[in-house]
Amino acid sequence: MKKFINNKDDFLKESLTGFGKAHSDIINVCLDPSFVSRKNKTKDGKVSLISGGGSGHEPMHGGFVGHGMLDAACPGFVFSAPTPDQMQAAAEHVDSGEGVLFIVKNYSGDIMNFEMGAEMYSGKNDSIITNDDVAVEDSTFTTGRRGVAATVLVEKIVGSLAEHSGSLEDCKKLGEKVNKNAGTMGVAFTSCTVPAAGKPTFDIGDDEMEFGVGIHGEPGRKREKMQPSKTIVGNILEAILDNLKPEKNEKNLLFVNGMGGTPLTELYLVYEDACKILQSKGVEVTKSLVGNYCTSLEMQGASITLLKCDDEILKHWDSPVHTAAIRWGM
Amino acid sequence: MSVSFLISQAKSVQKVIDENSAEIEVLDQKIGDGDHIFNIQRGLKLVVELEDAIKDLPLAKALNMIAMKVLSGIGGSSGALFGTFFMTMAKSSDLDKDVDFNKACEMIISGIKAMKERGKADVGEKTMMDVLLPVSEKLNELKNESEFKPGLNEVIKIAEERMLSTKDMLATKGRASFLGERAKGHIDPGARSSQLIIDTICKSVINN
Repeated sequence: MKKFINNKDDFLKESLTGFGKAHSDIINVCLDPSFVSRKNKTKDGKVSLISGGGSGHEPMHGGFVGHGMLDAACPGFVFSAPTPDQMQAAAEHVDSGEGVLFIVKNYSGDIMNFEMGAEMYSGKNDSIITNDDVAVEDSTFTTGRRGVAATVLVEKIVGSLAEHSGSLEDCKKLGEKVNKNAGTMGVAFTSCTVPAAGKPTFDIGDDEMEFGVGIHGEPGRKREKMQPSKTIVGNILEAILDNLKPEKNEKNLLFVNGMGGTPLTELYLVYEDACKILQSKGVEVTKSLVGNYCTSLEMQGASITLLKCDDEILKHWDSPVHTAAIRWGM
Repeated sequence: MSVSFLISQAKSVQKVIDENSAEIEVLDQKIGDGDHIFNIQRGLKLVVELEDAIKDLPLAKALNMIAMKVLSGIGGSSGALFGTFFMTMAKSSDLDKDVDFNKACEMIISGIKAMKERGKADVGEKTMMDVLLPVSEKLNELKNESEFKPGLNEVIKIAEERMLSTKDMLATKGRASFLGERAKGHIDPGARSSQLIIDTICKSVINN
């Protein structure tokens, strides 16, 4: 294992502390229990959004804390769900009295720990669960589909509604709509290495790829031989379109997400392939996001997310946002 | 069941889990995301380190401290599930009185029931519940018997059989799972670690 690391036990703490220092204009990092929160207190009348999950997916979720997105994020150990006391402490810290909406990716550990955190928090709260991964219906350790890259879009779009004084109920409703309108699928070329394990999570040949991989390197649909980008992208889009069935002339957001080890050069190539294929199928792309947002440590690979957009979604996608990882309009 | 019993069991379990950690890690990497063994090891280390803080406490308080430590120190599914287990045990009534075999069984049975509710998993879904639920049923049969040691040997056997039975699960369940076929042939890591814990504790009770 070659990583920037001093010792395994301090890995997360040191990384979080550095994150806090690097973005001290936007966020605060609290340790023990650890959570990332906005530097400025949640304004009165605003619903607070809290997300979280295992670390190793950076910038998800700490990088999305700030104006127009999350109020707090709870990082667990690498690829392990955070603990209920983190969610409770974060909620108590950020809630302005308008309530807390927890945004949870559909993984068993995340669901259970967020559920317990929500039970332990005495204030008004509700949760939404993202499950955009069309690759698997039931994976080994979730019930139903996995929650992956579309969680970024949910956090951005609901974050904007919360900023515009949307109620807890309306925020939840919009989040569920975005999740329902989104489909994602990923492919991995290499494995990732969890620091505590010290060796790659799975073996994969030089000429192989894992089609439909999850964001921890967990298995997807099948192991295949490498193919040209447009074939891979075509197969991914076919799976997504099968599932989403966008109407002709419906507006869509196309999100190409890097898994951490694939350069932007390739991600833009993937974007180009995806645009061409979608155009040939009469699927209109009006918004874009390309970059490493929901990663799996150093894994090479990418996921593609398509989000069907109505006017409400488009408005909240375009509105100003200022976080460590996403910033526009301000 | 006493605080010193809990501490000594935690130490024995820690030793057994450490000895089998490589095997469990591989199982999780085959069908999961590879964090299970580290979570279990971290949890056991935290509990063993609690010794000085809990050794003179009443049982209910000690169980509660263990629960909070497990809940806040582990993460993942294991943290939530085992935290729930200890929290439920801590809430049992009459813990200030002597906790005999019957009472201990009832505490464990209610702890496993709470885990089932938290995890929303049942037998046949390739999880630790495939081991824990049948064990809980057996303890329910055994709890009133005056001579319980032969029964504990059966518990050990049930845990092992059920652990092994997770190997071919998923594919036979006919779930619409793309992973179904690929998960086949691998024992569930949570079922294996649970079986090791049960095996260790039962043997220690039988031999004392």
